[in-house]
Amino acid sequence: MPEQLAFTIEVFMNGLMAGVLYALVALGFVLIYKASGIFNYAQGVMALFAALTLVGIMEGQVPFSHLINAILGTEVHHFGWHVPAFLAIVLTMVVMIVLAYCVQRFVFRYLVGQEPIILFMATIGLAYFLEGVGDLMWGSEIKTLDVGLPQGINVWIDEFTFEATGYGFFIDNLDIVASIVAAILVIGLVMFAQYTKQGRAMRAVADDHQAALSVGVSLNFIWILVWSLAGFVALVAGIMWGAKSGVQFSLSLIALKALPVLMLGGFTSIPGAIVGGLIIGVGEKLFEFLIGAPFLGGATENWFAYMLALVFLVFRPQGLFGEKIIERV
Amino acid sequence: MERDSVKDQADSYVTEDGRTIGPTVMEMKNITLRFGGVEAIKDISFDIREGEIRAIIGPNGAGKSSMLNVISGFYVPQEGEVWYKGAQRPPMKPYQVAQQGIARTFQNIALFEGMSVLDNVMTGRLTQMKSGLLAQSLWKGKAEREEVENREIAEKVIDFLEIQAIRKTPVARLPYGLKKRVELARALAAEPTILLLDEPMAGMNVEEKEDMSRFILDVNDEFGTTIALIEHDMGVVMDLSDRVVVMDYGRKIGDGSPHDVRNNQEVIDAYLGVAHD
Amino acid sequence: MFYREAGDFSTTYAEDQQTFPIKFDRYRYYVVLFVAIFVIPFMVNDYWVNSLFLPFLIYAIAAIGLNILVGYCGQVSLGTGGFMAVGAYACYKLMTAMPDVSMFIHILLAGVITAAVGALFGLPSLRIKGFYLAVATLAAQFFLVWLFNRVPWFYNYSASGQISAPERDTFGILITGPNTEAWATYMFCLIFTVFSALVARNLTRGSVGRKWMAIRDMDIAAEIIGVNPLRAKLTAFAVSSFFIGISGALFFSIYLGAVEVGEAFGIQKSFLVLFMIIIGGLGSIFGSFAGAAFLVLLPVLLKIVGVDWLGWPTDIVAHLQLVIVGGLIIIFLIAEPHGLAQLWRVAKEKLRLWPFPH
Repeated sequence: MPEQLAFTIEVFMNGLMAGVLYALVALGFVLIYKASGIFNYAQGVMALFAALTLVGIMEGQVPFSHLINAILGTEVHHFGWHVPAFLAIVLTMVVMIVLAYCVQRFVFRYLVGQEPIILFMATIGLAYFLEGVGDLMWGSEIKTLDVGLPQGINVWIDEFTFEATGYGFFIDNLDIVASIVAAILVIGLVMFAQYTKQGRAMRAVADDHQAALSVGVSLNFIWILVWSLAGFVALVAGIMWGAKSGVQFSLSLIALKALPVLMLGGFTSIPGAIVGGLIIGVGEKLFEFLIGAPFLGGATENWFAYMLALVFLVFRPQGLFGEKIIERV
Repeated sequence: MERDSVKDQADSYVTEDGRTIGPTVMEMKNITLRFGGVEAIKDISFDIREGEIRAIIGPNGAGKSSMLNVISGFYVPQEGEVWYKGAQRPPMKPYQVAQQGIARTFQNIALFEGMSVLDNVMTGRLTQMKSGLLAQSLWKGKAEREEVENREIAEKVIDFLEIQAIRKTPVARLPYGLKKRVELARALAAEPTILLLDEPMAGMNVEEKEDMSRFILDVNDEFGTTIALIEHDMGVVMDLSDRVVVMDYGRKIGDGSPHDVRNNQEVIDAYLGVAHD
Repeated sequence: MFYREAGDFSTTYAEDQQTFPIKFDRYRYYVVLFVAIFVIPFMVNDYWVNSLFLPFLIYAIAAIGLNILVGYCGQVSLGTGGFMAVGAYACYKLMTAMPDVSMFIHILLAGVITAAVGALFGLPSLRIKGFYLAVATLAAQFFLVWLFNRVPWFYNYSASGQISAPERDTFGILITGPNTEAWATYMFCLIFTVFSALVARNLTRGSVGRKWMAIRDMDIAAEIIGVNPLRAKLTAFAVSSFFIGISGALFFSIYLGAVEVGEAFGIQKSFLVLFMIIIGGLGSIFGSFAGAAFLVLLPVLLKIVGVDWLGWPTDIVAHLQLVIVGGLIIIFLIAEPHGLAQLWRVAKEKLRLWPFPH
C-alpha cells in the first residue's frame, strides 16, 4: 500500500474518532434544544465544569479553597482523602443534577416564551458564570483526569494492519473507548426518548409546550430532566476529553466545535448530530492533512468546520436532517 | 354565472348605486397553486377593476389567503399568469410587487412591534424613499428633505385614520383594534394602486367593525384606491363590495355582484352544507 | 421638575425629527460634548486615558457598530473580534504602505475595507437566520484570526508575527507610537467616537434604520411591504463592520500599539462587545455607550477593590469577574432585556412627573 494512501486512511480513522467526541458534545445541545428550544452555548463549559468537579472530588479538593483562603487568610486545599473514580462520577452526577435544577429554577423559568436568540445569549452568560464558578471552586490550573480508561496506542490494530497492509495504523485506545461509549449513549438516549414515560413526555414538550402542559406534563420537571441529561452527556464528554488532553479551559472550546456539527446535522436530529460530528471530524483532519498543512500554513482546523458548515447551510439552511422550514405570513 | 353582466374589460361602467368602476387593473388567469400534493388553488381566474371593492369569500381553508399571497408575490403559483396594468407580471419577489404599488394588511397583524406607530406608518413609505446611505448618514440634502416630505404624507394618513394621539406610542402597547388600524395606515401610506386586506375585521366587535367599514369605504372614495379584501362577515361583504369572488376547496364557485352571489345555489350549498349522496 | 417636555413644542416635522427633539436632552448633550472637549483633555493623565478613556471611546464605537447589526437589524454576530482584526490589519498595512497620508484617512479607509469584508460575510444572512447565523459568523471570527496569523504578508513578514504601530502624527501632533501625549490620543479617539455616534444616530432614525428595524421585527412582513431583505441586511453588515473596523484600527494603532491577533481579537472580544450591547441596551446608541462604560469600568473597579484593597490574588478577581459578568448578562436578559438604556428611559419618565406622579 502506498505510503500517502496509508497515511490518509490513518488520518481518516483519527478524524472519525475525533468526530465521535464532537458528536458527543453536540448530543447535549440537541437534547436541550429539542425539549426547550434553548440553544445551550454553555454545553462546553458544562463539560469543563463536570470534569473539574470530577477531578476535584477524586482528589479531595476543598471547594472554593482559593477564595476561602483569600478571605479568611487560611491555608486549606485538600481534605486529605481520595475518592474512587466510580463514586466520584456518581457524586459529580449529583452536582450536575443540582446544577440543572438551579439553571431551571433561577434562570430559564424566568425566560419562558422569550425569543430563541435571547435564550441563546442567556446561555452565553451562563457559560461565563459557570466558567468563573468552576475556576473559583476548583482552581484554574491544568489538571490530569484519570478514571482508569485505557490509553495509548492499540497494539492489536497496529499489528493486525501491519500484517495485512504492511503499514501499522496508530489508533488510540481512548478513542476506541470513546466511540463505544458514545454509541451506547446514543442508543440509550434514543431508547429513553422512545420507550419511557418521561421520554414521551419529553418529546411532547418538544412538540408543543402548551399542549403538553394541558395533558398534564410538568414542564418544570421535564426541563430539569433534560438539563440533567445534558449534564450527564457533558460529564461523559468531559471525562473523554479530560482524559485525552487534560482538564483545562480549552475543554470548553470543544463546544464551539460542536456548533458547526449541529449546523450540519440540524439542531433537532440525534442521528444528525452523529453524522455531522463524523463529517466534521473527518473533514477537518483530512483537509488539514491534504491541503491545510502543505499549502496553507497549517492550523486550518481552527476554522475549517465553520466554513464547511457555512457553505453547506447556504445551500441547505435546515441542515442534513432538519425539517424543511416553511415560511408563513 | 360567468363574469356577471360586465361589459368589455377596457371600459368603465356605472353600478346600480351610482359608483363608477374603471377598467381592469389586475387579472389572474388560471392560477393553480400546490403545496406538495395539496392543491390550495385550482385553476382560478378573476379580475380586479380600478376603483372597485372586490371581495374574496369562502369557508375556512378555501384558499383565500393563499390567493392574496399569490397576488402579493409571496407564493409563486405553479401554473397561471398574473396580469397587472395590462402586462403580464414576470416572476418577482414580494418587495418588487410592493414597489409596483400593491400594499396589504395581514390576517394575524404583522406590525413591527419594536417601533412606534409613526415609524410603522413611515415604513409604508419606504418604497418611495430613495436617498443614499451617505446622504442619510449626514442627514443632509435629499435625505432630510425626503424625510420631511414623507412624514407629511404619513401624517395625512394618520389624520385620516384618526390615530394622531398614539403616533409616538410603541405598537406593542396598543390594543388589538388599534393595531389593525395602524396596519391599515401603514398600507395606505404607500399610496397603493391596489390595497389587499386580509380579514380586516377579524376578531373585532360590532362597533370596531363599523369603524373599519367606514374607513375602508372612505379610502376607496377619497383616494380612489382599488381594494381587494377577504372577509368572513357576510353582512360586511354584502354592504361593502362591488363584486365578490366565492371560493371553496380551492375552486372558484361564484363571481359577481353581491346580489348575484347571494342567490347562487352552489354558494349557498358551500356555506350551509349540502347532503352529498 | 428637572426633566420636562411639556411646553416644548415642535412646529415643523423637521424640528420634530431632529436628533434630540426634547430641549433638555439637547442641552445635556451639548454639556457632555463641552466637558469631553474642553475639560477632560486638560485633566487627564496617562493612567486615566489608558485604563479608562481610550478603551471606553474605542469600545463604544465597536458597540455602536454591533448594535446596528444586532439591536437594529436583528442579525446576531459573533464575529466582532475578527472584524476588529480586519480594521487593525488594514490600518497597519495602510500606515506602513503610505506613511505620509493622514491617520484620519487611514482609519476611515480601514473602516471601509472592513465594511467590504463584513458585507461579504453577511451574504449568507439571506439564507441563514437566528442563531444559525450567529454560528455562521463564528466562521468569520476564526477564519480571519487564522488568516492574519498565518499569512505573513499581513504582518509585513515580521519575525514575531506581531504588528506594531509606527510613529505617526496628525497636524504635527504625535498620536501613535510610545511617545504620545495622553490628551492627543484621547482627542483623536473622541473625534471618531462622536462622528460614529452621529452617523449611527442619523442612519437609525431615517429610512435605512426603519428598513433594518422592519427586518428585525418581522422579516417576512418587511419584504412584503417593499424592503429588499438582502440589501437591507448587507447594508447593516457593511455599516456595522465599518464602525467595528474603525474601532479595531484605533484599538491597534492608538490604544495597544502592538498586537498579536489571537490575543487581542479572539472570540473573547466578540463576546465582550456583545455583552456591552446586551447590558447597555439592544437597539440604542446611548446604550452602546452605557454598556461600553460599564464593562470598561467593572474590571478596573474590581481590581481596585479586590486586589488593591482586599489583597486577593489577581486570578481570583479575574474569575470573580467572569461570574459577575455572566450573572449580570442573565439578570439583564431576565429583568431588563433593553438594558441600561431602558433603565435610563424609565428614570426619565419618572423624572418627568416628579414630584407629583399622580
